Amino acid sequence: MTTHSIAYIAAGRRQRQRRWMLVTCLLTVLALILCCAMLLLGNTIYPVRDILRALSGEELKGVSFAVNTVRLPRMLAGLFAGFAFGLAGNTFQTMLRNPLANPNVIGITSGSSVAAVLCITVFHSSRATISAASVAAGLATVLVIYVLSRGRAFSIGRLILIGIGIQAMLDALISYLLLVGAQQDIPAAIRWLTGSLNGIQLYELPPLIITVLIFTPVVALLGKHLSLLELGEQAATSLGIHTDRTRIALIVSSVCMIAIATATTGPIAFTSFLSGPIAKRLVGVGFSNVIPAGLVGVNLVLAADLVGQFAFQYRFPVGIMTGILGAPYLIFLLIRMNRKGVL
Amino acid sequence: MRPTHQFQAEQLVAGYDQKTVIHGIDLVIPDGQISVIIGANGCGKSTLLKTLARLIKPTSGKITIDGKPIGKIPPKQFARVVGLLPQSPIVPEGISVADLVGRGRFPHQSLFSTWSKKDYEAVAEAMRIMDITEFANHNIDELSGGQRQRVWIAMALAQQTDILFLDEPTTFLDITYQVEILDLLTDLNRKHGTTIVMVLHDINLSARYADHIFALQKGKLVAEGTPSEVVTSTLVKDIFGLDCSVIADPISGSPMVVPKGRYHVQNAATT
Repeated sequence: MTTHSIAYIAAGRRQRQRRWMLVTCLLTVLALILCCAMLLLGNTIYPVRDILRALSGEELKGVSFAVNTVRLPRMLAGLFAGFAFGLAGNTFQTMLRNPLANPNVIGITSGSSVAAVLCITVFHSSRATISAASVAAGLATVLVIYVLSRGRAFSIGRLILIGIGIQAMLDALISYLLLVGAQQDIPAAIRWLTGSLNGIQLYELPPLIITVLIFTPVVALLGKHLSLLELGEQAATSLGIHTDRTRIALIVSSVCMIAIATATTGPIAFTSFLSGPIAKRLVGVGFSNVIPAGLVGVNLVLAADLVGQFAFQYRFPVGIMTGILGAPYLIFLLIRMNRKGVL
Repeated sequence: MRPTHQFQAEQLVAGYDQKTVIHGIDLVIPDGQISVIIGANGCGKSTLLKTLARLIKPTSGKITIDGKPIGKIPPKQFARVVGLLPQSPIVPEGISVADLVGRGRFPHQSLFSTWSKKDYEAVAEAMRIMDITEFANHNIDELSGGQRQRVWIAMALAQQTDILFLDEPTTFLDITYQVEILDLLTDLNRKHGTTIVMVLHDINLSARYADHIFALQKGKLVAEGTPSEVVTSTLVKDIFGLDCSVIADPISGSPMVVPKGRYHVQNAATT
């Protein structure tokens, strides 16, 4: 009887695990295909052999510039920023058990944006300073939200409401900065606020790549803790988790990734909001969807950028494309949550 | 049979922020028995349970297990000995029953490991005790309230602790399921020797299923002992403010509280 039931349980679990593996592999393959497309497609379509030669450092007229200076940085920025947005967004949504509890919605991205716009329009800072400032501002925002929402006992509802309030204030601040800023700085600020992979230089990427490489393992290792936090504060504590410590580790990792990615590409609208739920749909709930969410983020950003670049008469920045995808989903989610009475 | 433990609280004071709810409680949890904490709403039953299970840090006093202060034990190690089923755990949408029960294995797993043979055995055993094996690969959203509650208890059982705290495990359930859950918990206690401490609302079910009762009033322990020692009409009047007769339960022989309201009182009734 017992061996029979173990076999029954194990069979079900293996099946769910196979689905997880399959989806994760497919997402990886799709991401690789999109990466290749980012390198291949452009004003001129060069032969694959030339592209490979240019990548390996050979100097080919035209090809080298197009591939190494334009397409490669664009692809890498989309790849790492997409991963960072997807993974960090999913972490917040899972930890706070609410798809609305997301860096986009609760003002962390806005915090980073204020700092960046301030740097662009007022201080005319370098890219490095913009990055540093938006990371610091992102962490400061989350700290303010966390402290304000701690109150007597940690409450998710309060955190989301305070976050939305703070976001409104920060967005007002951004509007103010854009109003008073000098004419010539506004386009740069606007382009940055929309989220764009245009004009990113290779030398700007190391901070983003290093941050993603450092914090991804941290969040992935805390995947099990994350899935217990989902059961609620009391259940997680009684299963032996330091809930405060775990939450802080997860928040710091996610915010660093979000802020650096935001500093590099601008807040690519809704990527961090969409990736987690899509990944969850695809892989199911039993296994950690930290990595799948990151992969969904990559696919979203790269696909949206390709569509924005080539599908229309005009070139649209990636943020507009993801915005078009994300806004209806936000509305759908609000309606559904309202029906279920969980809002 | 499980190893025995000496779990006790001395001069325990606890509460939330400025509000003290527990005012100096001394107690020893009877090892290998079923204890039930009873008391009126707001008397601190749940707070006491949460403090004992380390969910709330006591303001003063000490709680020890086998002589060791519980605050000094690493959380994961503590979670291998003491488990708690919270009053309203949160269900992740779309999770399968087996995966949820398996989350109870966390204190026994390392950071990287997937499920070991032991994990599978513990999950299967917990599901067998709670009689939910057939739902193993079902989505939890498909189950009824009573079945879900059994899944939660199974998760706490998969944790394989020697001491199990349950915060109102029968609330919101129909009477049939209440009895069923309490029977299953009694099975667990009789067959595995698990020490059970729970908060129950229903005083008659408490008197029937408890080996030991702790009666709380305004954050103080006012009586403890076997149901027949504790559940008397005087005590019920004291802690619940209810006039009643206490008679022998015709099924179990344990004390049974028959409340007296202002209506429907026959003159000939026993008092």
